[in-house]
Amino acid sequence: MANFYTDNPSLKHHLHHPLMKRIVELKERGYADKDIYDYAPIDFEDAMDSYEKVLEIVGEICGEIIAPNAEGVDHEGPTVANGRVTYASGTQQNLDAVRKAGLMGIAMPRRYNGLNFPIVPYIMAADLVSRADAGFENLWGLQDCAETLYEFGNEDQRQRYIPRVCDGETMSMDLTEPDAGSDLQSVMLKASYNEADGCWYLNGVKRFITNGDADIHLVLARSEEGTKDGRGLSMFIYDKRNGGVNVRRIENKMGIKGSPTCELVFKNAKAELCGDRKLGLIKYVMALMNGARLGIMAQAVGLSEAAYREAYAYALDRKQFGKSIIEFPAIAEIIALMRAKADASRSMLYETARFVDVYKALDDISKERKLTPEERQEFKKYSKLADAFTPMGKGMTTEYANQNAYDAIQVHGGSGFMKDYACERIYRDARITNIYEGTTQLQVVAAIRHVTTGTYLNQIHEYQAIEYKPELEALKNKLAVMTEKYEKMVTKVTETKDSEYIDFQARRLVEAAAHCVFGYLLLQDANKDDSFRRSAEVYVNYGQAEVDKIESFINNFNREDLAYYKQQ
Amino acid sequence: MSLRIIVLAKQVPDTRNVGKDAMKADGTINRAALPAIFNPEDLNALEQALRLKDAYPGTTVTLLTMGPGRAAEIIREGLYRGADGGFLLTDRAFAGADTLATSYALAMAIKKINDYDIIIGGRQAIDGDTAQVGPQVAEKLGLTQITYAEEILNVDKEAGRITVKRHIDGGVETVEGPLPIVITVNGSAAPCRPRNAKLVQKYKHAMGKQERGTRPASHPELYETRPYLNIQEWSVADVNGDLAQCGLSGSPTKVKAIENIVFQAKESKTISSSDQEVEDLIVELLANHTIG
Repeated sequence: MANFYTDNPSLKHHLHHPLMKRIVELKERGYADKDIYDYAPIDFEDAMDSYEKVLEIVGEICGEIIAPNAEGVDHEGPTVANGRVTYASGTQQNLDAVRKAGLMGIAMPRRYNGLNFPIVPYIMAADLVSRADAGFENLWGLQDCAETLYEFGNEDQRQRYIPRVCDGETMSMDLTEPDAGSDLQSVMLKASYNEADGCWYLNGVKRFITNGDADIHLVLARSEEGTKDGRGLSMFIYDKRNGGVNVRRIENKMGIKGSPTCELVFKNAKAELCGDRKLGLIKYVMALMNGARLGIMAQAVGLSEAAYREAYAYALDRKQFGKSIIEFPAIAEIIALMRAKADASRSMLYETARFVDVYKALDDISKERKLTPEERQEFKKYSKLADAFTPMGKGMTTEYANQNAYDAIQVHGGSGFMKDYACERIYRDARITNIYEGTTQLQVVAAIRHVTTGTYLNQIHEYQAIEYKPELEALKNKLAVMTEKYEKMVTKVTETKDSEYIDFQARRLVEAAAHCVFGYLLLQDANKDDSFRRSAEVYVNYGQAEVDKIESFINNFNREDLAYYKQQ
Repeated sequence: MSLRIIVLAKQVPDTRNVGKDAMKADGTINRAALPAIFNPEDLNALEQALRLKDAYPGTTVTLLTMGPGRAAEIIREGLYRGADGGFLLTDRAFAGADTLATSYALAMAIKKINDYDIIIGGRQAIDGDTAQVGPQVAEKLGLTQITYAEEILNVDKEAGRITVKRHIDGGVETVEGPLPIVITVNGSAAPCRPRNAKLVQKYKHAMGKQERGTRPASHPELYETRPYLNIQEWSVADVNGDLAQCGLSGSPTKVKAIENIVFQAKESKTISSSDQEVEDLIVELLANHTIG
């Protein structure tokens, strides 16, 4: 029985991070649910045991059902007829399996029929699903939208919709329009209030909507007539049972082909307001996006892992000049670096997920009671870290997924260019990850302020204060040098106080910070578990050279040369 | 309409991925090297039972298994997928049973359970591959049997009839039989559903008495406050069994020898079903001592 959880010991390592104790304690509120629900944990150990057992189910479904279906789903794809989508048969099988296993609404509270899992095990399931079939992760991962419903919907809406999601109904978030992609302020889908029946009605078109024929939609629409910017937008819930939305077409995409990307026509579609008017974009979508970005990080990590495994297996199996090609240094190096990038990406994913877990749990508690001053401090600290780590992580890990997918094909040689091996699907699937939910360029825009205000550097200092094993001393010193170089670069760029110039160097600075952060995370992994040592060494060698390259570019750059980079 | 269903299931060594150390030097199975699993076709049978439970609310699915204390895992695996409970037949006196003694023990336990409409199990277990236990249970209980089932198409409890699609060479046939009935399910039937996240969390502490004796429970108080966590164990006496018909003493089958067979022929030969060709094959196999 293939099991994607048990065949990858690094997952257990990340699940059992010391911060989990605090996370579970917050999430379970002193384990009060144990007297109400027969499936609620009794104590911390029991909760962790439950996470593992459920991840074993996910791992088995991934290994036995989702992964074997991936190729068929990629070829067959979804179809649309009479405004409705039909999934590929493999997708339908996958959905049936995850529904029967009760894996929808994993992070929702038990009173809405969820499992009340923290983000860490939830996102770990996303990591597993993505390794099996990144396209399916899009459908499964949309249960994230329930989080938005939970956070911003009223109690009546929570009670009506969240249990349906937990039962397996799918969701979508309808944001993008033909003229509103990265710039969501331009959303024009019209929401009009009908005084007669006290209902909202939606009219217009949405485009590029993942799983657009979902049962329950969250829709960003213009509720304030005459407005042109983000402040005129509100969030609505559209229930497919009410009708009014048709799928006009589905896109023919390069990758993640099992996931239907729809163009939707709203014709007087009855909808209800979610949360307050005018806060749709500026508050709710921003929150939704951060959750979604973490999901894409998980997708990238799963893809990096899959690419590595395909390349490694092929390199062992393929014989040339009388030996396995992995015995040739040029191939061995590619494989080692792929492993290091996958490991670094995964460490970043769970570090970020833990930050999100702590602040979200505290935020949720704050709705029940006033937080203590210590808790408020804790909330501030972790929400800031989550805010800083999410864009850096999404940006870097999705680029690494692409690099690993590219390298997997390279290792396969000519065979990798044929449709016969999974690496070509992984390559196509990975390509969207650094584009949707904000391109890497937009992640840099969100991350750069944490370079200039020192969020990353402060966190790196925390990592430096940890006690490491003597044999990791050399690695630690290399990272200290990298960090020093990073600090100097930041000073050099920011002291110009030239915002155009800072923007120009932003991606390089964020990447330099990321190499330090990723390196320190792997150093901590190696400190706890020797099996990470190799990836830590390989990654830091790589990161060190990358930082030097960036340093060289910045130090040698003449600000007047900026003109050469501008549109003439 | 609600049904009472008993699922016969067996814990078996996983013989599907056999490594070098799977057999001991003396030709017996090295159980330590092979993980114990839920017999695959018994999982197909469980799925058929659970589908009836989905279709007819109020239906109960009870697992019945025989084995050492650790075979309680089979009951847990059933509970994780939606079964309502189970019984573990466990007693030193049951050990070493062949199919005759096994079916005797199971039949006695079923008599003790008493209330049932459908008894369903896998066609055969992957460790013995006999496909005898299901049919023998039916004979001992005096019930009709449908073997090689692929799908239960319809159940009418009022009329006491069940319609089943069964696998035959080159196709399927649909048959009807009376309730109560024994059904054995073929591996070509629908695969079993995955374990359910909530049920796993609910039942993960469930244990039999023997297991509790070997590994200390993390929360012993639960077995008082949550009675459903106690997996019921039955001994020979509990099912009113005759010791002479149980285990080794009730097993006429004796293993004479086990040999390693290495397939050497590289080509296959197809023969038709004509009497002449079958006879020629028998003569050929007798002549080269493949049989006889």
